[in-house]
Amino acid sequence: MAELTYREAVAVGIAQEMRRDPAVVFLGEDVAGAGGVFKTTSGLLEEFGPDRVVDTPISEQAILGAAMGAAMTGLRPIAEIMFSDFFAVCWDFVANEIAKMSYMTDGMVGCPLVIRSGNGAGLRFGAQHSQSIENWAMAVPGIKVVAPSTPADLIGLTAASVRDPDPVLLFEHKALYPTKGEVPDGEIVDELGTARVLRHGSDATVVALALMVPRALEAAERLAADGIEVTVIDVRSLVPLDTATILDSVSQTSRLFTVEENPRLCGWGAEISSIVGEEGFWDLDGPIVRITTPHLPLASAPNLEDLALPDADRIAVTIKATLG
Amino acid sequence: MPLSGAGYGEHQAVLPQPFDESLKDAPIDLDVRIELFRKQHQIRQLEKRIYDLFLQGFVRGTSHLSIGMEAIGAAFGAALRPHDYSFATYRGHGHTAARGVGPEPIIAELLGKATGLVGGKGGSMHLASAEQGMMGCYAIIGAHLCIANGAAWSARVRGTDQVAVAFFGDGATNIGAFHEAVNYAANYRLGTIFVCENNLYMEYTPISEVTPVTHPAADRAPAYGMDATVVDGNDADAVYLAARAAIERARSGGGPSIIEAKTYRHGGHSRADPGQYRPDDEVQAWLEHDPIPMYHQRLLDLGVGEDRLAEISGEVAAEIDRATEAAKSAPEPAAEELWTNVWADGGSQWRN
Repeated sequence: MAELTYREAVAVGIAQEMRRDPAVVFLGEDVAGAGGVFKTTSGLLEEFGPDRVVDTPISEQAILGAAMGAAMTGLRPIAEIMFSDFFAVCWDFVANEIAKMSYMTDGMVGCPLVIRSGNGAGLRFGAQHSQSIENWAMAVPGIKVVAPSTPADLIGLTAASVRDPDPVLLFEHKALYPTKGEVPDGEIVDELGTARVLRHGSDATVVALALMVPRALEAAERLAADGIEVTVIDVRSLVPLDTATILDSVSQTSRLFTVEENPRLCGWGAEISSIVGEEGFWDLDGPIVRITTPHLPLASAPNLEDLALPDADRIAVTIKATLG
Repeated sequence: MPLSGAGYGEHQAVLPQPFDESLKDAPIDLDVRIELFRKQHQIRQLEKRIYDLFLQGFVRGTSHLSIGMEAIGAAFGAALRPHDYSFATYRGHGHTAARGVGPEPIIAELLGKATGLVGGKGGSMHLASAEQGMMGCYAIIGAHLCIANGAAWSARVRGTDQVAVAFFGDGATNIGAFHEAVNYAANYRLGTIFVCENNLYMEYTPISEVTPVTHPAADRAPAYGMDATVVDGNDADAVYLAARAAIERARSGGGPSIIEAKTYRHGGHSRADPGQYRPDDEVQAWLEHDPIPMYHQRLLDLGVGEDRLAEISGEVAAEIDRATEAAKSAPEPAAEELWTNVWADGGSQWRN
């Protein structure tokens, strides 16, 4: 067991897979020589060499195209899109090409690749470098979507994503890079499509993702001080989605809150709310409540960005007020 | 001042250069030339059959035919090795046939049948056959140029000498993905061969009206430190020679190439388009600059008998007739096929 930062866990996870399988290659802007603009990929070039760790031009379409063509012909590429906002300039490759290859060829050609990207707000980068776009990704049939919240989960879900035969978008949260967590020794391989119950409480179920997970846990602490005990579930994987864990928890708590960083309309919590509304309706004792970033672009000023994102205060106050 | 230099459909005709008769003496084996003849016939007759099936209501959706452009696909089909990779556009029936895919799975795919090349899930714009190196037809302009780079990179990492060819139209040279792909391939000296099928029209608009250079692909090459070759895309020998040189260069680690093949589609952009924006004298001149009768005459000049050529075209015709009947009588995909192969496990499940 060792304590690692979420930032360090990125390279640990990639290196684990590159050591295991020579077909794993890694490409992106500034990822090799510079070790990544967030210093997440330091040391990979030195260990694996320039044939397998590639600094690319600022050409997101060329990056994802190269990853896709390589995946179709025997490699297991990991591509980096530096900021998830940049998916907007290469979304054709995600939504039209990579996601649809297996279906359009009726299973003849697959795309076993991983695209990892810095997602989310909290760094005062303004509207074009702060978005949470996991809900864009889960809207496209044919891609899997994961967003780990701890260093150990990041390593394990990176491994699961690389080993998965389907394309996976792995969202790292930029504001989590300096956070620390215990990481087991030895190889870590997690499982896609599994949510994790982090805290048990009988008064409500709170589901959260990425940066919202530590905030939901902090809110749970404050609520506990007021005598309200909530279950906190880290969703971790949006596609595949572990609805069983969520429905099971709601059947015990009878209340559901989602805590989402994506802007409100069509956020991932809306889908979970819909599923629980349809399939867990008779377990519910009150309305499902979504706690989200408002439907706004993000501002750069620290106080405005902080106002936009759900924080522990807002989560706790909303839950307490709702439960009455 | 109007942005366009001419009223719509009133632009200057672009006429073909006469065929280069000296290519008769080019160093190409006669058995390769027979193959070029056969492949051109396979594509022409397949496309004509698809057109007929469309008019008869058997083919739904859209289709983009390559009648008049067969020499390009045929030449690369003859020049590539079985393990090399082809990436084509939505105008890809011919390129698929050129890699050795028979007419039956292609026609069945267009008819939406279970025996289609990709089970009825792809249709006219999404043919693929990995077994024959046909890595797909892509219907979003430009993307597959970037994807072909990945296949070329993969070959290098895996230590093979496979090359990747991306076919695209003149219109693709004005989309960002073209420039990203060419820069990327040139920078890493990837074994990608970029083949522009310049048929003078990006969909319904003359390429010259929207592009500030004469050769939309070749004239961009110097910006990426590359040479380019402009060939008569209606002369299978000319394209074959250019293909052979580019493939050899890519295979030996010499990096990518751009080939711009001048050609013309006999019909419109897609089945919805009669192509009436084209000057009459231009259409007439290009109909006479037809790759297939020219190549027929070239083989006669080289001493191949008329009876041999008639036998080949007859074999192709019989095969397409057989394929058409088989495709027509094949069943539709089973309803449960709707749910298959979203994922590599064969299914479509996204939740537990």
